[in-house]
Amino acid sequence: MYFQLAWRNIWRNSRRTAVIMIAIVIGVWSMIFLSAFMRGMEYDMIKNGISTLTGNIQIHQKDYINDPVIENSMHSPIKLETALKKVLPPVAHWASRIRVNAIASNARHSSSITLVGINPIPEAKVSFIGNAINNGCYLKPGDMRGIIVGQALLNKFETKVGHKLVLMSQDTDQEIASRSFRIIGTFKAQLQATEKQFAFVTITAARQMLKLKKGISEISIILPDNADANPVATGLKTELSADLYQIQTWQELLPILNAYIEIFDGFIFIWFIVVFIAMGFGIVNTTLMAVFERMREFGLLKALGMKPWWIIKDVLLESFLILIIGMIIGNLLAFLCVFALAQSGIDLSAFAAGAEFAGISRIIYPAVWIEDVIISNIVVIILGLLVSLYPAAKAARFTPVEALMHT
Amino acid sequence: MSMDVKMAWRNIWRNPRRTILTISAIAFASLLLVFMLSFQFGSYETMINSSVKIHTGHLQVQSTGYQDKKSIRLVVPDPDAIGKILDQIQNVEAYTFRADAFSLVSSKKRTYGSMVIGIDPVKEEKVSTLKSLIRKGSYLVKDDADQVLIGNLLAKNLKVDIQDEITILGQGRDGSIAATVVKIKGIYSSGIDDLDRSSIHMPLKYFQDVYGMYGAVHEVVVIGKSLKKTKIIKAALSAGIKKTDPKDRLVVLDWKELMPGLLQSIELDLVSGIIFYFLLILVVAFSILNTFLMVIFERTREFGVLKAIGTTPGRLTKLLLIESISMTMIGIVAGIIAGSLITLFFQEHGIDISGASDLLSQFGISGRIYPRLSILSALIGPGAVFVITFLSALYPAFKIRSLNPVEAMTYV
Repeated sequence: MYFQLAWRNIWRNSRRTAVIMIAIVIGVWSMIFLSAFMRGMEYDMIKNGISTLTGNIQIHQKDYINDPVIENSMHSPIKLETALKKVLPPVAHWASRIRVNAIASNARHSSSITLVGINPIPEAKVSFIGNAINNGCYLKPGDMRGIIVGQALLNKFETKVGHKLVLMSQDTDQEIASRSFRIIGTFKAQLQATEKQFAFVTITAARQMLKLKKGISEISIILPDNADANPVATGLKTELSADLYQIQTWQELLPILNAYIEIFDGFIFIWFIVVFIAMGFGIVNTTLMAVFERMREFGLLKALGMKPWWIIKDVLLESFLILIIGMIIGNLLAFLCVFALAQSGIDLSAFAAGAEFAGISRIIYPAVWIEDVIISNIVVIILGLLVSLYPAAKAARFTPVEALMHT
Repeated sequence: MSMDVKMAWRNIWRNPRRTILTISAIAFASLLLVFMLSFQFGSYETMINSSVKIHTGHLQVQSTGYQDKKSIRLVVPDPDAIGKILDQIQNVEAYTFRADAFSLVSSKKRTYGSMVIGIDPVKEEKVSTLKSLIRKGSYLVKDDADQVLIGNLLAKNLKVDIQDEITILGQGRDGSIAATVVKIKGIYSSGIDDLDRSSIHMPLKYFQDVYGMYGAVHEVVVIGKSLKKTKIIKAALSAGIKKTDPKDRLVVLDWKELMPGLLQSIELDLVSGIIFYFLLILVVAFSILNTFLMVIFERTREFGVLKAIGTTPGRLTKLLLIESISMTMIGIVAGIIAGSLITLFFQEHGIDISGASDLLSQFGISGRIYPRLSILSALIGPGAVFVITFLSALYPAFKIRSLNPVEAMTYV
């Protein structure tokens, strides 16, 4: 009976109900929409970070992270391969690399870079390089002279595709090894820093240059979208001895990115609260007015013998119903907006260089997270009921005589 | 007129609870906007100032094209002449000379590429924070020669410590080979990976000998009395250089040109900030529109009576607008005052952000952010709130004109 009473009360003055509901709809909509926008940015940053050679998980020789030189290579790739085959889900991809610091120079310039020796075919499935070539061509397996550099490095060195580039690095005998390569292609990356940092050759060419027989510096593993890297990393850790190998997830490899994401999480929550307070004033005010407007009615109910507690319950139930309907509409509206923008994205290209500095790409695709939706709805319903308590208590305290005299 | 104002004022306080709630909503939004904007502006200033102090300076004089190419041949041939010009300019706090060369750095076991930077130890101290970044060993003194300071990540990569010797091999200004053996005097850590991983600082005199610079440098780094003075200094310096260098071989670059990424990341942050403020103001506007609408519903009878006794629709509209504007003004003023007080408190004490220190050290910020209250940050947000509440008050104020007195008076 309460439900029926409350439901009918809501629609008795549909104009007032609509006004309160609009406040809730806008609040819920803005909560979900902004969090989707921020999650989009976050997702993009992670994807960007992961595809820039990091992968979801990396395996190195245990000293490599602190001392990234060719001596700290993993010398038995076969053993690693069997372990990977055993642990990885079938949809995962992985690639092995040689990765050392080197100096690139031509007649005019020299600069410190990271030399990456790759297996061209598996690498294309793991990192960005497979579809980032904007000029020339990608490496073919077994190419002994070709090198791919970033567009920004090419410009800085004032050179072009087809010209020579000399690389110098320390080989396994701790001597300086140098070798000249021919630039066969350039790549574009979201960050200019990436374009300036990496140069790619085939793993066979890198081995020959550095006098390495069959070792590798790192294995990078890509898991399917949104998969949690931790259980896989734990699985690998049981297979591979910690005395020889270090297994790290992207969260450990990119601590700054991780810090960013924590800030984002905190910010989203603060945003929920702020929106709620702004919305809360509206809810209290309108509910309060609704209650005063119905003073006669409550007085009458009381005169008929309704207990104060029932009146509180009735007002709260009415708020609850309005909140629920408002939330449903707000959610739908937010999903619609996100869905409409999910195709084209939100273009920040006017600020691209700044986005680059922060590791964010030019176009943001909003992404809805179930957690955010649930939290924002919970915040609205709980706080919404809390702020309705005040008007409800007010209504319960009307004395019948006064209330009935009120016009 | 004055009667309308009086009526409006009394109407507002006829239902104080409702009025106070409406005013609080407006005040809350204004307060939040004042604080957020001040916080944003403050963090930008902190960001710029610390980035500037770590290495770049507010302004640099370089050879034209050096910023992009970093070629050792593009020099400022007579730094002292620039120094003389700078001595004449009032707002200059300090300046120093630097020279850079990309070189191969080897320890016994390892070889890495690194930027070797020649600095004047005495002048550098007043321009950058390098001295305070030394974590191990000590800073250079005036007459040091073959002693260097090295970034902590580079030291780790090279597996060297203070007092160890490293070999530096590079190319001199004239294309000859520049080679030397130096001793590590200090290790610094700036928190900016790029700097810590690939830079070495050596005394400028020694650098000039090794790299055959013949007294030339690559950068004249200038720190002004404050960030705001950058523009004035730039203009004065450019004019001064024009006189001695008619061929435009030298350029003056400010921090925006030296660190384009920093400026743009600030712009990006502002843009996402604007999205945030926009949504916030939208929520507040609806909350206020609701209140205004409810007021009309509640007072339908009253307006019906007013109309019946001959009040013109124009006067009713005016009355309602005066009511809503005065409520908005009270709310905004309260919000600005409260927001400014809160901001001033934190401007004094700072906001602890140590949880995010890893991240922020990349921007050169450590530990605390100080919001910065300015006329701009105190007025932009509340101004937007005023406009939006005024607009949302228009709808009910005009809707009331079409009220039918007979119907309105029978409305319960």
